[in-house]
Amino acid sequence: MQAFTTLTAIAAPLPLANVDTDKIIPARFLKTIKRTGLGVHLFDTLRYDAAGAERADFVLNQPPYRSAEILIAHENFGCGSSREHAPWALLDFGIRCIIAPDFADIFHANCFKNGILPVRLPRAVCDALMEDARLGGNARLTIDLARQVVVRPSGEEIGFEIDPFRKHLLLNGLDDIGQTMQHVDAIDAFEAARERQQGWMPAITLG
Amino acid sequence: MPAAQPRTLFDKIWDSHVVERLEDGTCILYIDRHLVHEVTSPQAFEGLRLAGRGVRRHDATIAVADHNVPTSDRRAGIGEPESRVQVETLERNVAAFGVPYFPVLDDRQGIVHIIGPEQGISLPGMTIVCGDSHTSTHGALGALAFGIGTSEVEHVLATQTLLQKPARNMRVDVSGTLGFGCTAKDIVLAIIGRIGTAGGTGHVIEYAGEAIRALDMAGRMTVCNMSIEAGARAGLIAPDQTTFDWIAGRPFAPAGAALERAIAAWRDLPSDPGAVYDRHVALEAGAIAPMVTWGTSPEAVLPITGSVPDPDQAADEADRARLRRMLDYMGLTAGQRLEDLAVDVVFIGSCTNGRIEDIRAAAQIARGRHVAAGVRALVVPGSGLVKREAEREGLDRILTEAGFEWREAGCSMCLGMHEDKLTPGQRCASTSNRNFEGRQGPGGRTHLLSPAMAAAAAVTGRLTDVRQLG
Repeated sequence: MQAFTTLTAIAAPLPLANVDTDKIIPARFLKTIKRTGLGVHLFDTLRYDAAGAERADFVLNQPPYRSAEILIAHENFGCGSSREHAPWALLDFGIRCIIAPDFADIFHANCFKNGILPVRLPRAVCDALMEDARLGGNARLTIDLARQVVVRPSGEEIGFEIDPFRKHLLLNGLDDIGQTMQHVDAIDAFEAARERQQGWMPAITLG
Repeated sequence: MPAAQPRTLFDKIWDSHVVERLEDGTCILYIDRHLVHEVTSPQAFEGLRLAGRGVRRHDATIAVADHNVPTSDRRAGIGEPESRVQVETLERNVAAFGVPYFPVLDDRQGIVHIIGPEQGISLPGMTIVCGDSHTSTHGALGALAFGIGTSEVEHVLATQTLLQKPARNMRVDVSGTLGFGCTAKDIVLAIIGRIGTAGGTGHVIEYAGEAIRALDMAGRMTVCNMSIEAGARAGLIAPDQTTFDWIAGRPFAPAGAALERAIAAWRDLPSDPGAVYDRHVALEAGAIAPMVTWGTSPEAVLPITGSVPDPDQAADEADRARLRRMLDYMGLTAGQRLEDLAVDVVFIGSCTNGRIEDIRAAAQIARGRHVAAGVRALVVPGSGLVKREAEREGLDRILTEAGFEWREAGCSMCLGMHEDKLTPGQRCASTSNRNFEGRQGPGGRTHLLSPAMAAAAAVTGRLTDVRQLG
């Protein structure tokens, strides 16, 4: 996983609430067996018309925002399906950070597994950052994960909260499985004890 | 020794599965059952392969293809190339990694959340995960069941654990008795309408109260299934005699003395008196009418007797814009009566409402009636065994004589991954779980409702109050 330390980039304003994962990447694009290549389908129905042409009014089709690496949205971003194809599509497009008042739980967890930083900030702050983002190509936001701040184009710094364990993994680009594997003795012991206590628990074996 | 703190059902399952608590409160949580399907697993198996890792517990894992399988005759194989590759990839992976698998032509094949409980694979007190948000369904058995992403699928395959922080506890009490024509689907739609689509974020919802206790297992699964539509991590219902009776005799459930020991352990699961919840919501079942969604979020729901809301009445400009967008997408105007809306398609099925009880409810309305002219109505059983049971009861004949299509098991039009999908502008009465823009096909317009309400819409050709059909 790619580490996330600091990012200075163009931010795209997407003032929508309840952006669901079907909207981020519709189910018909989930037939892939790879993690990459989904960026072209990101926000497919918002981004393209029925004939497949780009909709000029959609933010990611507009010149400065085509190279956005930060997305700013409204409440409950990423609700719905658990599909990790949603963060994969965002990452493949180039998005490394999403700022919103809150996120749906599964999507929020999925972001961290892919080196994407989800930042929770109050609605009024998100709206202010959207105004910054609307200034266009020269206006960039900086995200400093180690210091847990978003730096506005004016230089003003806004602090955000993040789970310490997730921050550690993200800063160092560490893979969860590798972390858990360091505790394999504890898992072995737990499993053995459970076997003794819950001998009734059936195994799934097919004849 | 100090008296133990009263604990909730969630607390008890959580505590008994913590392998280790890390410094910041993150827990290594042991997983009892892992259900795997073709859409969210290929990249996980690929990850294992690249890292040289194997599957830790083959005997706690079960795989099935459901999202991407055609629901027409599939003995000739899957025609659509990408769908075929995905199912074949699953078949290759389960063979290579030694994971138990129900093949597409096996009677036990079906929607992963239908077959887990049906086979007795999902049991009370367990932790159950699947790379699918509707894993919350299995909470109806009194299990902690939740959806995970593909990276977490890989994590569970490799370690049989997940890194998690505990959720907060929320209790939803539904008191009293449901009125005529009202079902579990109406209860859960009413709950989502009340708390909103993010109302349960960060929480596990325990459903309780007389109306929940009175539900059969199918109804309980419908309620827990849609917990994710309220934003909750999981939904739970305390196991009771209804649960135990339902489990007995299922293929992978314990039997005989082992079942007795299991039931003795399961009786300790219900929340202790005085257990504390972070949030509490109460509803009166008698006040719930047959519900139908009108917008593009499950929280945009009203009794069938209602009318399309007026965006101008919304609190602020962002809300007005959001509602206008919904009405525009759904092809509706403010004030329009829901009962006046003509439908093009009716879909009965999905992990929400694809069980035998749901098909019985639809058949009861369909009996002696006929699908309205110009309406396409599909019935898609949740599993091969549900299909076989329905055929044994003659429900397929009632439905096909009434003009419904009778199809093979799978996720089908719930998410429009293959040929079962809406065309732009089509209006669908659907027993599924999501009415998002494009969910059932690009431009498709979804109204969520119960199986009986869906069948009523099929025979009248418009959204209909099922209570008027008697």
